[in-house]
Amino acid sequence: MTEAVGLPPPGIILVLGGLVLPLLRGLGPAVALLLPLLTLAAIWAIPDDLTVTMPFMGQYDLTVLAFNPPTKVFATIFAVMAFAGALFAHPITGLDSERGRRWRVELPAAFVYAGSAICVTFAGDILSLFLFWELMAIGSTTVIWSAGTKEAGRAGYRYALVHFVGGVLLMAGILAKVFALQASGVADPLALHHYFFGAAGFEGLSLGTGDAAAWLILLGILVNAAAPPLGSWLADAYPEASESGTVFLSAFTTKTAVYVLMLLFAGTQLLVYVGLLMAVYGIVYAILENDMRRILAYSIVNQVGFMVCGIGIGTAMALNGAAAHAFAHIVYKALLLMSAGSVLYMTGKRKCTDLGGLYHSMPVTMTCGIIGALAISSFPLTSGFVTKSMINQAAADQHLALAWFTLTAASAGVFLHAGIKFPWFVFFQKDSGLRPPDPPWNMRAAMIFFAAVCILLGVPGLYGPLYAILPFPAAAGETLYAPYTVPHVINQLQLLLFSGLAFFVLLPVLKRTLTITLDADWFYRRLFPGTWKHLLRPVVLAFREFFDYLFGQLPQMAKDTVYSPPQEARMFKEWGLGGAMVVITGFLFVYLVLGYIAA
Amino acid sequence: MSLEDPRTIRKLWTISLVVLALLVLADFWVMKDPHHHAHFGVDGTFGFYSWYGFGVCAVMVLVSKFVIGLVLKRKDTFYDD
Repeated sequence: MTEAVGLPPPGIILVLGGLVLPLLRGLGPAVALLLPLLTLAAIWAIPDDLTVTMPFMGQYDLTVLAFNPPTKVFATIFAVMAFAGALFAHPITGLDSERGRRWRVELPAAFVYAGSAICVTFAGDILSLFLFWELMAIGSTTVIWSAGTKEAGRAGYRYALVHFVGGVLLMAGILAKVFALQASGVADPLALHHYFFGAAGFEGLSLGTGDAAAWLILLGILVNAAAPPLGSWLADAYPEASESGTVFLSAFTTKTAVYVLMLLFAGTQLLVYVGLLMAVYGIVYAILENDMRRILAYSIVNQVGFMVCGIGIGTAMALNGAAAHAFAHIVYKALLLMSAGSVLYMTGKRKCTDLGGLYHSMPVTMTCGIIGALAISSFPLTSGFVTKSMINQAAADQHLALAWFTLTAASAGVFLHAGIKFPWFVFFQKDSGLRPPDPPWNMRAAMIFFAAVCILLGVPGLYGPLYAILPFPAAAGETLYAPYTVPHVINQLQLLLFSGLAFFVLLPVLKRTLTITLDADWFYRRLFPGTWKHLLRPVVLAFREFFDYLFGQLPQMAKDTVYSPPQEARMFKEWGLGGAMVVITGFLFVYLVLGYIAA
Repeated sequence: MSLEDPRTIRKLWTISLVVLALLVLADFWVMKDPHHHAHFGVDGTFGFYSWYGFGVCAVMVLVSKFVIGLVLKRKDTFYDD
């Protein structure tokens, strides 16, 4: 093992470079296209056995650069995604136009977000993983806010709150584990391998305090993986970002969660069921949805469900499948959202009920959208076919009947809710009369680039380089997985095309309506504020006089009785007893919780 | 040829149904293939992927629309102030 000190992980190029971009003025947009390529080169130039440590607080070393088995495949696609996203977001109208002014905030934020996601994949200890995990939340929230609308402002605020709660859960779990490790005399309590809960570590879960760590860490990660009911932030916030912001957002948060789950919880049976729930939930909500980008947001949850299920299965085939599928998914999902983003950019409309018939005037956007739709549906000759099938195959190999039948049903459902529904309602169905041209060259170029990747990865023989960087590469002379067999191709076509038949037979039922479907975000958007407004606040108001007396008049009377200084002697402003009590109670509560967890 | 023309749509339906029928019949060929392998019994039977693909999608659409949609659907101005 080669060790080095002081060399930062490759993602730092994007994080720092992104922050410098706005200072470069006219050169910024060109440099923005170079930075991801530089990062990609760095990822591939670093020898696989290099680790880099940084001293931390005198006592510990942080391992900021190390190759874990899934590092290369995730870091590579994150860098490629940053490049395509930057190309799509390129401020073609100039930096002083509205789009250009937005770019100056959105792109640096997106690069901080993408760069810290890459740093997470290189983290060799739990603390540096956590620090970059939180930096991602800051970057992504800024991406949402940079859309500049009132809705984006509110959705971004809710998004930030959910992610900081998730971060607190994760941190609490990490602390609990660190204290437990220190108590048992472990010298390096931050080292990542102590956190590989995996199958064995999780089977022994009981209600003992020592195990709370695994649960808290798992919950913290599942918030970011968008597992219901913790994942309603995704469909709430992503569609409120700008047309280019959503493209960035679709790639990093959930897939970083997949990476961390793979590392820490591979083979945890619970994740099989979490994954299946995600896969079905995504389909149901996408079927009912009218906003084109929200349809695609729900289908992210559906697709990440396949990956989470694969991680739960935990065999080499399943983990390879989950990693490969994350790679393919980032490309086709970004492509689909670029296609939807182009439609939004050119028409200003986002609801299926307002769209339709765009095939007349947007051939490039339509063709690229359809290629993305075929790839997400795992059609033969597209990327999805050579990646997702590995997860299904692993379920079959392990004779997990529930998992296999549900995943196969979800595969058919993907074609229904994303593969046909998105292109059909946007580019075909009724003629909306809209005749916008295709978007500017940079957006077309980004779409064509990713459409090409979707197809090339699916061509027999060309997916080899992807298979070679998976967590468990094939031994010399052996085949990792052979997707192209006659039964596999035919069976997949049967499954998908009959799903398509179901779509067109049931089209009257699928007609779009001006509705949304309530999700778990209802609790913090309606129930909690409503409880305060209609229940708690009236109670507080009713007791107002009593509280005024207790916290206002009574202390005043006491003070007047005991001591009454002259006016000019009051050097310090008084602080209400009520406020001080709230703060002290808050502190006590935090200590109590931490003390309980650490016990 | 326009996609809004009913004659085009009829033609597309005919072609699609022929393709679907051929795909079902392809199972005769698939079941003789050395790679054909059933893991759970029913998944190796004739026409399984065809009826399963159609069936689960029909169920998912109907359940989404008439069970979940009925309970959880709201006007899209629900969260607007």
